[in-house]
Amino acid sequence: MRVTTTVNGTERTADDVWPGESLLHLLRERLGLPGAKNACEQGECGSCTVYLDGEPVCACLVAAGQAVGREVTTVEGLAPGQSLHPVQEAFVEAGAVQCGFCTPGLVVAAHDLLARVPEPSDPEIREALAGNLCRCTGYEKILDAVRLAARRRATR
Amino acid sequence: MTTAQTAARTTGRIGENAQRPDGTLKVTGEFAYASDLWHDDMVWGVTLRSPHPHARIRRIDVTEALTVPGVSAVLTADDVPGENAFGLEHADQPVLAAEFVRYEGEPVALVAADHPETARRAAARIRVDYEVLPALTDARRALDDDAPLVHPGGNLVRHLRLRRGAERPTAPVVVSLDFEVGMQDQAFLGPESGLAVPAEDGGVDLYVATQWLHVDQRQICLALGMPPEKVRLTLAGVGGAFGGREDLSVHVHACLLALRTGRPVKMSYGREESFHGHVHRHPATMTYEFGAECDGTLVYARAHVLLDGGAYASSTAAVVGNAGTLGLGPYRFPSVAVDAYGVFTHNPPCGAMRGFGCVQAAFAHEALMDELAAAVGVDPVEIRRRNGVQEGDRNITGQVIDSAAPVAELLQRVADLPLPPALPEQPDLRDLPGAVGNTTHGEGVRRGVGYSVTYKNVGFSEGFDDYSTARVRLQVTGGEAVATVHTAAAEVGQGLVTVQQQIARTELGVEQVVVVPADTAVGSAGSTSASRQTYVTGGAVKAACEAVRTAVLQRAAIALGRPVAGLALDGDKVVGAGGEVLAGLADVLGDDAVEETVEWRHRPTHAVDPETGQGDAHVQFAFSAHRAVVDVDTELGLVKVVALDTAQDVGKAINPDAVVGQIHGGSAQGMGLALMEEVVVTDGHVRNPSFTDYLLPTVLDVPPMRVEVLEYADPHAPYGVRGVGEPPTISSGPAVAAAVRAACGKPLRRVPIRPEHITCT
Ligand code: FES
Ligand code: FES
Repeated sequence: MRVTTTVNGTERTADDVWPGESLLHLLRERLGLPGAKNACEQGECGSCTVYLDGEPVCACLVAAGQAVGREVTTVEGLAPGQSLHPVQEAFVEAGAVQCGFCTPGLVVAAHDLLARVPEPSDPEIREALAGNLCRCTGYEKILDAVRLAARRRATR
Repeated sequence: MTTAQTAARTTGRIGENAQRPDGTLKVTGEFAYASDLWHDDMVWGVTLRSPHPHARIRRIDVTEALTVPGVSAVLTADDVPGENAFGLEHADQPVLAAEFVRYEGEPVALVAADHPETARRAAARIRVDYEVLPALTDARRALDDDAPLVHPGGNLVRHLRLRRGAERPTAPVVVSLDFEVGMQDQAFLGPESGLAVPAEDGGVDLYVATQWLHVDQRQICLALGMPPEKVRLTLAGVGGAFGGREDLSVHVHACLLALRTGRPVKMSYGREESFHGHVHRHPATMTYEFGAECDGTLVYARAHVLLDGGAYASSTAAVVGNAGTLGLGPYRFPSVAVDAYGVFTHNPPCGAMRGFGCVQAAFAHEALMDELAAAVGVDPVEIRRRNGVQEGDRNITGQVIDSAAPVAELLQRVADLPLPPALPEQPDLRDLPGAVGNTTHGEGVRRGVGYSVTYKNVGFSEGFDDYSTARVRLQVTGGEAVATVHTAAAEVGQGLVTVQQQIARTELGVEQVVVVPADTAVGSAGSTSASRQTYVTGGAVKAACEAVRTAVLQRAAIALGRPVAGLALDGDKVVGAGGEVLAGLADVLGDDAVEETVEWRHRPTHAVDPETGQGDAHVQFAFSAHRAVVDVDTELGLVKVVALDTAQDVGKAINPDAVVGQIHGGSAQGMGLALMEEVVVTDGHVRNPSFTDYLLPTVLDVPPMRVEVLEYADPHAPYGVRGVGEPPTISSGPAVAAAVRAACGKPLRRVPIRPEHITCT
């Protein structure tokens, strides 16, 4: 089947999409956007988190066909050109990235949290990121990154 | 200009918090992990795996699979051109099962097709006629006379026998216990993946996520029947490893399919396949006995450790080596009798995982130290302090510990950290065991505190030739001095790329350091395991930089007509003893590049005596201590870890932030094994191969972690570094288990601790 969807502000089309394919597969393997990751493809790790019409979703749980005519934003589309979004900057600076496989999903989840709750408490951050597994960091520096990004937003 | 130069001098050298060179790519999604690779014209490879833990293969019929439109190849054991065998220490594992399958999930056939789903459907049409055979799935039976044989040579992989001191020691106080540790999974997030591209010379280029390119290359060459020049490996982006990428996964399979189809082949496991596609941490059954004086001073230890190696050898022999030589913890024992065994079964193969044999043993020796403390009436910190090794002591293999061994200080550091406040009268649900599950409002909740201290060898042991190779080039490009560092060392997330840059900046005085992708075009760097890369590849990079610096300064000395002594490199300048600029680097080098390649070794280690287990088996020891604080709902058996604090001696923190990050991550993995992580295997079948059923700590499970970093330089190591990655994974779990015991009063002789162990229901 043919799938046409808007990804990071640009209309994109893919042909011969198998109906069982996930949005994640569509993005990664057909549209050249491997930023969203494939750690489990079981809806358990959050590494594939993208926005679908402004709502964060696990792209591995969304059928490619469900994205037809809708707007998808991936980690690649959070900041224009070569620039970094403050959340991305904070992840780099806080040392929240080790292997980085969880990072794109966490960046999108944190981006969403800060858009909703500009100054989240620690329990709020933990709850918002509870669907994103990280195997490397023990989460401490990820929490630091989110706190840092929130502080930066507040002072800007 | 001056300001900029001053700034450059304080960024990114050793001891500073340099940022990762790949950080930006990783936060924008542009970093190319192995599963992100893509090639024009590529096809997808999938694996058909055995559903049985033990069976004879009577016949494989691939006819139907070949008829599926889009399929370009279906391969079985008959299609392996070289030796159908691989393995880290012994090549005992078939690339594709030929006559027998020996564990559930063993690869049997491969399919390449134009879409992964097509390949999967075709694989489902391969007909394998199995004769199911009785399976040996209880490691405790493996050495019985009537046990089914997993391999013709018997079921013993290794027995390490260690004897020291009195033969029949006695002591006034004797404590003992049995302990069991379940099978843990590395659960790296980036699935096993690779892209094999057939080359014009008849060889193959493989881009793969791994921990040691050269040991992969050796095994692939054997299976393909090709020389190393024809099998070139490049490290693709690695999404975590933790030991689970030491053994081959997609490597040979992707190469076989690429060579057969003449097309690039991508393979990438889903999570379920990943659970079958790599080795796990050995489950352990242990019996320990300690004898002590009435004041708790240890007199002797007896220990029996049995590790279930599963169906193939992998690194079991080395894991047994660690469990035996380090398996009593960092304590002084005048007399010791340890027997550590690794055995074959028809369970999934087990091998390397962070902590490597020390993790299992630590649960037993730390639980027993707490027993001893209770028996002689001292507290858990004091019993460890009294018995902890110190620099200059001999450990249980008779090896002198010849650098810092700050057992007592590490314990004191964690003990001195403030304890978290008690739960308030009306606690926030989120702070309670069970959290928003609303299972308690504080009733039945008890707090417990537990301590643990452990140690681990750094680097490969027991006489292994453990070296690394580094190639460093210095040249002036566009008016700026640029150093290029080339090694085959695998960056798996731990931050070795940053460390390499920091070392080159420090040694060569340059700011710009490019670390080129790791590949087999340079000599082996050894494995990214055993907490060894900062030490060993760090040592190689340092030595190569020194060789480059010497060569450049020799040239400068000739050009300037001055002696080499007193010259130094600083950015793009050659300076004198007082820092005065004598020449530009560009004037000395012109367009030339100075390049040096160095193979670097640490002090040799030695095999242990086969009768007594005595010998200088290890090159370095790394120590850490943990204190865990938990709240336990004693009625429901739910645990909330409230705090998990570490003190660790790292020798020298090349990158302090990255060191702390390693300690956080390692601590969380140890906690996971104590409380939730287990690959459940019954009758040889993995029951929970998913992140739905294999539970990993989330950000709600992991508490705030304070880290005290000590830096007692090891005089034998480059910059004094001490391996960092593994110790926290060893000491955190036992501290958590001790805290849960303290809270609920149950003996808890098995991890992961399940609710029913706490409630005894
Ligand atoms: S890949 Fe989608 S939740 Fe794990
Ligand atoms: S940084 Fe590796 S999984 Fe999070």
